[in-house]
Amino acid sequence: MTKSAMTGPTNQSAPDKVRSPEKGYRGTKVRRQRVRAAWLFLIPMLVTLVLVAGWPLVRTFYFSFTDASLSDTAGATFIGIENYLVYDDGNWYGILTDPTWWIAVWNTLFFSVVSVSLEVVFGIIVALLLNAEFKGRILVRAAVLIPWAIPTIVSAKIWAWMLNDQFGIINHLLLALGVIDSPLAWTADADLSMWAVIMVDVWKATPFVALLMLAALQMLPKDCFEAAEVDGIHPLKVFFRVTLPLITPALLVAVIFRLLDALRVFDVIYVLTSNSTSTMTMSIYARQQLVEFQDVGYGSAASTLLFLIIALVTIVYLYLGRRQLGVDQ
Amino acid sequence: MNQYQLFKLLKRVGLWALIAVVMVYAIFPFYYAVITSLKPSSELFRVDFWLSSLDFSNYVQILSQKSFIQAIGNSILVAVSVVFIALLLGITASYSLGRVRFRGRTTVLLVILGVSMFPQVAVLSGLFEVIRALDLYNNPGGLILSYTIFTLPFTVWVLTTFMRQLPMELEEAAIMDGATPWVTLTRVFLPLMWPAMATTGLLAFIAAWNEFLFALTFTLTDSQRTVPVAIALISGGSQHELPWGPIMAASVTVTVPLVILVMIFQRRIVSGLTAGAVKG
Repeated sequence: MTKSAMTGPTNQSAPDKVRSPEKGYRGTKVRRQRVRAAWLFLIPMLVTLVLVAGWPLVRTFYFSFTDASLSDTAGATFIGIENYLVYDDGNWYGILTDPTWWIAVWNTLFFSVVSVSLEVVFGIIVALLLNAEFKGRILVRAAVLIPWAIPTIVSAKIWAWMLNDQFGIINHLLLALGVIDSPLAWTADADLSMWAVIMVDVWKATPFVALLMLAALQMLPKDCFEAAEVDGIHPLKVFFRVTLPLITPALLVAVIFRLLDALRVFDVIYVLTSNSTSTMTMSIYARQQLVEFQDVGYGSAASTLLFLIIALVTIVYLYLGRRQLGVDQ
Repeated sequence: MNQYQLFKLLKRVGLWALIAVVMVYAIFPFYYAVITSLKPSSELFRVDFWLSSLDFSNYVQILSQKSFIQAIGNSILVAVSVVFIALLLGITASYSLGRVRFRGRTTVLLVILGVSMFPQVAVLSGLFEVIRALDLYNNPGGLILSYTIFTLPFTVWVLTTFMRQLPMELEEAAIMDGATPWVTLTRVFLPLMWPAMATTGLLAFIAAWNEFLFALTFTLTDSQRTVPVAIALISGGSQHELPWGPIMAASVTVTVPLVILVMIFQRRIVSGLTAGAVKG
C-alpha cells in the first residue's frame, strides 16, 4: 500500500501528458512547484541536523588530529595522527597502543553480542506468548511495556539496589534457595559486573524486541498455521520451519536497532559500575578522556574510532542481511 | 482421549506459568522500588516482599530538596521544547519526504537514518564546542539543542511513514483546487496527522526525559540538571552508603507519570515503535 501511494502520482501524470499537451504543461508546473516547496520544507530540518550532527561530527574528526583540551578547544594545534599512534624514543604511544582501549573495545563487543542475543531469544518468547490467545492479554502486554518505559538511569539504580551485595534481594533469594553460600558482590566483582550490566540491559530492552516481533507475528497469515495444526506437526518444528523464516526480516531490523544501541551503551554502565575497567565500554572510555581528563584531542580520537567501528559493523550487517532486509531493491 | 485432555491441560498450565513468570519479571523490579521507597530508613535493610505500613519520609525528604524540584522543572522544560521543535520541523520535512517525489529524496532519507543511528559520543566534543560558542553551556537551551540530534531524525522518519499511508486522493483534490503545498499540508494533512503526531511526540518526550549522556556532560550545577542526572548523582556520606530510600523515592516519582502515560497510550506507542522500525 505504501508503495502504491508513492508511485501513484507519476503513474497517473504520465498518461495525462500523452493525452493533452496543455494538461501536461500544468502537470509539470504543479510538479515543479511541489518539488520547490519540498526543498523549502526540508531546509529547516536539514540546517538543524547540520548544526547539531554534521558540523560537530566534522569537528570531532578534526579534534582527533589536534592536541585540544577541554578548556581551550580554539587554540588547538594540528599534531597529525599522534593521538592514534606515535613512535617516540623507542616506544609506541597513542590510543591504538593503550591496552585499556582494547579492553573497552572487547567489552563493548562482548556486551553487545551477549545482550542482544539474549534480548532476541527472550523477545521472541514473550512475543509468541503475547500472540497466543488468553484472557488478560492486554494486561500482560501493558506489564511488559513497564521496563521499556522506565528511564535507563532509574532501572540501573533499581537493579543496583536489588543487586546490592549486603542488602540486595537477589542475594537474599539466592541464599535462601541455597544457590550460593555467601553474598555475591555483583557490581564490584570483576567477573560478575559485566553480567550484572547485561542483566539490566536485557530486562530493559527485551520489551522493545518483543513488541517488534509481536507486530511481525500478527501480520503472518493464519491459514498455514492452521494447516500445520491439522497435519499434527510438532509446534517446535512449525516454529523453526515456518514462523522463524517468516519473521526473519523484522527480526533483523530489531537486531540492528538493538545492536546500534548496545554498541554505544553508556548510561547503564556509568550508573552501575562507573569507570571500572572490567565493564568499560568505548563510550565510557571516550567520555572519560574527554571530560574527566579534559583531553579533547585524545578523547575525540577514541570517539572517531568508536564511530568507525560502529559504521563498519553496520555496513557488514547490512551487507550480510541485504537480501532479508530488502536493501537490494 | 484422556491423553489428549491431559496434553491440553498441561499446555494450559504451561501457558499460565509462563505468563506468571513474564509478569513477575517485568513488574517486580519496579514494585520492589516502590516498596523500598515507602519504608522508613530503619527498616530499609530488611528484605520484605510487601509493606506492613506506609512511610512517606523518603518522599518528603526528596521533594523538599530545591534542586530535585528544579531538576523536574528542567526536565519538563527540555522535553516539552524538544518535542515541540521536533514536531514542527518534522511535519514539514515528512510532507516533503512522504508525499513529493524529487531527486535526492532517497539521499535525504539515508542521511536521516544515518544520523539516527550514530553514537552520541561521536559528536560530544564537537557539540560541546557549538554549545559553548552559542553560550548555552550549563543551560537547558544547550540540552534542547543537543537533543534534536536523536529526536528529530526519529520524528521525521515515523511521521514520513504515517504520511505515506494517507490516501492520495486527498492531495489530488487539493491540487485540483489550486491549493499550494503549504495549504495542502496545513489544511489537508495536518488535521489527519494529529494522532501520528501525538504518538511521535510521546516517544520523543520519553527519549528526551530519559537522556543521560548529554545532560551529564553539558550541565554543571545542581540547578540546571535534569532528573536522570540528579538521580544518578544522589550520594550519601561515602560511596558505600548510598541513601537508597530517597533514591528509590526519586526514581518512583519521575517514573510513575511515564508509566501512566505508557499505559494510557499503549496502543499508540506500539504502533509508533513499529512504524519507526519498519524502516529497513
